[in-house]
Amino acid sequence: MAGNERMRPADQKIGKTKRRPDLFMVLTWVASVAAVVTLLWILESIVTPAWPAIQQTGLSFFTSTVWDVNRNRYGALPFLIGTTESSLIALLIALPLGVFIALFLSENFLPLGVRHVIRFVVELLAAIPSVVYGLWGIAVVIPLVQQFGGYLSDFLGFIPLFSGPATGNSMLTASLVLAIMVLPTITAISRTALVAVPPTLREGSYAVGATRWETIFRVLVPTAAPGIVAATILAFGRAMGETMAVAMLIGNSPRLSWSLLSPAGTLAGLLANQFGEAQGLQISALMYAALALVVLTLFVNMAGEAVLRRAEKATAGIR
Amino acid sequence: MKTSKVSFLFLGALVTQLFSWSASAATQLQGAGATFPAPIYQRWIAEYTKANPDVQINYQGVGSGAGIKQFTQNLVSFGASDAAMTDKEIAAVKQGVVLIPATAGSIVLAYNIPGVDNLKLSREAYAGIFVGKITKWSDPAIAKTNEGVKLPDSPITVCERSDGSGTTFVFTKHLSAISPEFKDKIGEGTSVTWPTGVAGKGNDGVTALIKQNKGAIGYVEYGYAKNNKLAFAALQNKAGEFVTATTASGAATLATTQFPPDLLRAWPSDPDGKDCYPISTFTWLLLYKKYDNTQIVEAVKKFVNFGLTDGQKFAEELGYIPLPKEVVDKNLEALKTVQ
Repeated sequence: MAGNERMRPADQKIGKTKRRPDLFMVLTWVASVAAVVTLLWILESIVTPAWPAIQQTGLSFFTSTVWDVNRNRYGALPFLIGTTESSLIALLIALPLGVFIALFLSENFLPLGVRHVIRFVVELLAAIPSVVYGLWGIAVVIPLVQQFGGYLSDFLGFIPLFSGPATGNSMLTASLVLAIMVLPTITAISRTALVAVPPTLREGSYAVGATRWETIFRVLVPTAAPGIVAATILAFGRAMGETMAVAMLIGNSPRLSWSLLSPAGTLAGLLANQFGEAQGLQISALMYAALALVVLTLFVNMAGEAVLRRAEKATAGIR
Repeated sequence: MKTSKVSFLFLGALVTQLFSWSASAATQLQGAGATFPAPIYQRWIAEYTKANPDVQINYQGVGSGAGIKQFTQNLVSFGASDAAMTDKEIAAVKQGVVLIPATAGSIVLAYNIPGVDNLKLSREAYAGIFVGKITKWSDPAIAKTNEGVKLPDSPITVCERSDGSGTTFVFTKHLSAISPEFKDKIGEGTSVTWPTGVAGKGNDGVTALIKQNKGAIGYVEYGYAKNNKLAFAALQNKAGEFVTATTASGAATLATTQFPPDLLRAWPSDPDGKDCYPISTFTWLLLYKKYDNTQIVEAVKKFVNFGLTDGQKFAEELGYIPLPKEVVDKNLEALKTVQ
């Protein structure tokens, strides 16, 4: 694609008239610069107030487990772990589920009309506001987790992951609801990727005698992998930044715990909870936490980009 | 041509409209601060502006800390805070500050134990629960004061505030006053690090946590517990009596408060008196000593005066404690110093 002479637009100089600045080009230029400037601006306005905390706590901010406003000690490790852990568990649940739904919707198991309806309903999940997910979590998921969590801790309590007591507002509750929240992202993008696989590949696979399942898992899914990876990354990003629903369900505890049935906290939840009443160094420490969240999401997106590019290269031959 | 004429007319109408609005504009007061007294302040505003339609008052319950911030930055006509203001905060306001303890309330320990509705907690018991030392309802420290009550052998889920809050400030101040261990390990503040339990945002968040979790106990404003029909414990006061939060027991506590002569700021952290409910507190309106605008200062003074006198009669139905007469008198004196 790159370097192909024919792909370049024709030269715009006509006759001997001097080339005028193209209004459209100027507009697009301004728009893209504005986006970059906004990002830098946001970063600047986080870093400046965060600076006192960065100077005082330095890297111990990421290794200390004590967040004690009273004694002006700020360690964000529990929240950092809470953010990553809840998002990873959510993906662990949503990824297989989402890919299966996407496969189901891209194959012809059901008539097209029915698939359209299912697809619409799954994508509608994305339209539900975060706070409604939180309320639903309170009404439905918390009682479930309390009950089944109780059994889990009774029978499997010797495993640290399931040690009791089982509280309703816990890591598990938050992760379950997050999984449902990111499901439409994974499903929609994976489905698009699966549908975009050239039909010739499928036909070729059938022609050499592969069954439908072999075709799906050996040909279709690997070919659509870049799209599925992209979906996963977007979902991960959304899960990490999710604030309202998680703050309502996770129990907002600054204590580290192995157990999924214990309350935990996330960076976004910490910010939402404490910012209103914060004073002095606490504001600064919260800004530092915000910076950590931004950097974390940025890092995930960059890692995702890298994986995406690699996967694209690997499948370039068959496209 | 036609459209331009129409739009010109429209624009003209708009401009005249704007002028007429600004001509009849009422005096506008902006207030911001604590969420705990917000319901009673809103009620005062509703009643006061009904009688005085030339004044518009807007109160935002943004939290005590944010209220102090906006007040210091001169963004509001009055602020409000459950933790009053510290000397340092007062020094930062160049117009000077007048603190008005405008209403008061109690903090209750609401719990959710099916079948139990008359729990009594000794000082040792409830301090122990929040320090994280007492973890089961069957603990002897709880059983001792609840003879004949069938307490389950289940874990205690402690529910607390995840956001910074004046409620937490008052509650931790009280616990620090009665338990050296609490003072040492946790301390007082609007946002503290609890050694145990789950946290929710706002009084409503904690209320929801208590309702959801069997075996839960948490601190909420009396009004919230009452409106949500939560059971709350009788607490042992300094004199050793077990007292339930009521308007009368709260008023008894407020009456013990000794204010320093020049500043109406004090917390009855551990009231001494056998009818006193142990955790009752004032909440403050923050006024400037000097206002630039005479129209605004008049409106502020009249409104606060209304709240302190006629406004007190709404306290009880909204779950607050009417101010003792001496406090009202002191407030009215202080209000005169506002210029």
